[in-house]
Amino acid sequence: MVEKGTYRVKSGLAEMLKGGVIMDVTTAEQARIAEDAGAVAVMALERVPADIRAQGGVARMADPSKVREIQKAVSIPVMAKARIGHFVEAQVLQALEVDYIDESEVLTPADPEFHINKWTFTVPFVCGARDLGEACRRIAEGAAMIRTKGEPGTGNVVEAVRHMRRVNQQIRAVLDAPEEELMSIGKELGAPHSILLAIRDAGRLPVVNFAAGGIATPADAAMMMQLGCDGIFVGSGVFKSSDPAGRARAIVQATTHFEDADLIARVSENLGEAMAGIEIATIPEHEKMQTRGR
Amino acid sequence: MKVGVLGLQGAVREHVRALGRLGVETRVVKTVSAFDSLDGLILPGGESTTMSLLAQGGLLEELRRLSAAGFPMFGTCAGMILLANEIAGRKEPILGGIDIAVARNASGRQVDSFETVLEVEGIGSDVPAVFIRAPYVTRVGPSVRVLARHQGVAVMARQGKMLVASFHPELTEDLRIHRYFVGMI
Repeated sequence: MVEKGTYRVKSGLAEMLKGGVIMDVTTAEQARIAEDAGAVAVMALERVPADIRAQGGVARMADPSKVREIQKAVSIPVMAKARIGHFVEAQVLQALEVDYIDESEVLTPADPEFHINKWTFTVPFVCGARDLGEACRRIAEGAAMIRTKGEPGTGNVVEAVRHMRRVNQQIRAVLDAPEEELMSIGKELGAPHSILLAIRDAGRLPVVNFAAGGIATPADAAMMMQLGCDGIFVGSGVFKSSDPAGRARAIVQATTHFEDADLIARVSENLGEAMAGIEIATIPEHEKMQTRGR
Repeated sequence: MKVGVLGLQGAVREHVRALGRLGVETRVVKTVSAFDSLDGLILPGGESTTMSLLAQGGLLEELRRLSAAGFPMFGTCAGMILLANEIAGRKEPILGGIDIAVARNASGRQVDSFETVLEVEGIGSDVPAVFIRAPYVTRVGPSVRVLARHQGVAVMARQGKMLVASFHPELTEDLRIHRYFVGMI
């Protein structure tokens, strides 16, 4: 008896990525730089979030030839993004045998109301969340890994911090509440009761929770780890900086040794320019990516 | 008894939890200084390339010294790659210690990851096993004892006090394999 695509197999891969850094890459060469720097996985995409933000237009799943090129270049897992609700992009990515699908707000949503039913897939999914309700809804839809949304492509970590703190505060409230209050808490959060029970059972979110959106420096990564996330996604932060290989290595080191300030100081020296950042308040509401999906 | 879990990256907390449930004291090891007074070490699943890069320098040397000295070690998945004497596509082992050859990710991509039930020598015929982008054992040396096979291929093996598995006992609730390793120490 051999069972593929079970939830344990799906969430299990995310468990193996814990304490690691997943990097956005747009070419085979970038993928090799990420692997050589110690990334635990790469995210194959057409344009990094900062370019999507700058160039505008509809952002879609990457060209399959790009995904294949990146799969050939590295031995670490290759993830790829599908638009929110675009189940056929997800089917295509599964046919390409990517290792994880990110149903991502970084791309232009394909469905204004609904996310993909992720239970029907063999390949696992990661989804973004700004609060515990959103995380629980995605898990109930079959997501086997969660990440904060942050505000992608800004090089500004403030939204990732907001989302990670909020999720952790809400988890603490769920763990502390007497049993009879749980249904009402679930109603307020918009979280399915069954997932709240799973949280109480595990004493934490039942799947891995990474930080994403705006992480640009080794100190950003280490701060997110100290706030209790399980690992780091770096989108534009590596390849929009002046020394991608050096910065990638430094972020990997800082993520592993996130409590060692001496080491973080050492790896942060002479990294050159970080990506240029954007103050969140200057982004018009309709251009924010984090509000996509529900 | 105190057992370390290499804590650079990967399924660290699952191994700590399994050992804790057996009443074994544990310590997460990220630096050379954390090796003091350990009786055994688990090398968890994760990404072997990442772990070998993160270990570069003193930590890698210390791990090599321990494995050469016959220190009790248990490597699961990526940990098995670290301990294998031969890795396809690499000239040198990462740590070495057990006389097997492995190919990384040779069982396919994530869509081919699976769970099953194994017969494990000395443990039982109903041991749950989760294989995730698992390494594939292509050669087993004469001094290595194969403890479990899946479809004819070795998936768990032992040489002296060195134990390896290409699957993840730490992702299940079954503690028998961890108990077996603790019994080896």
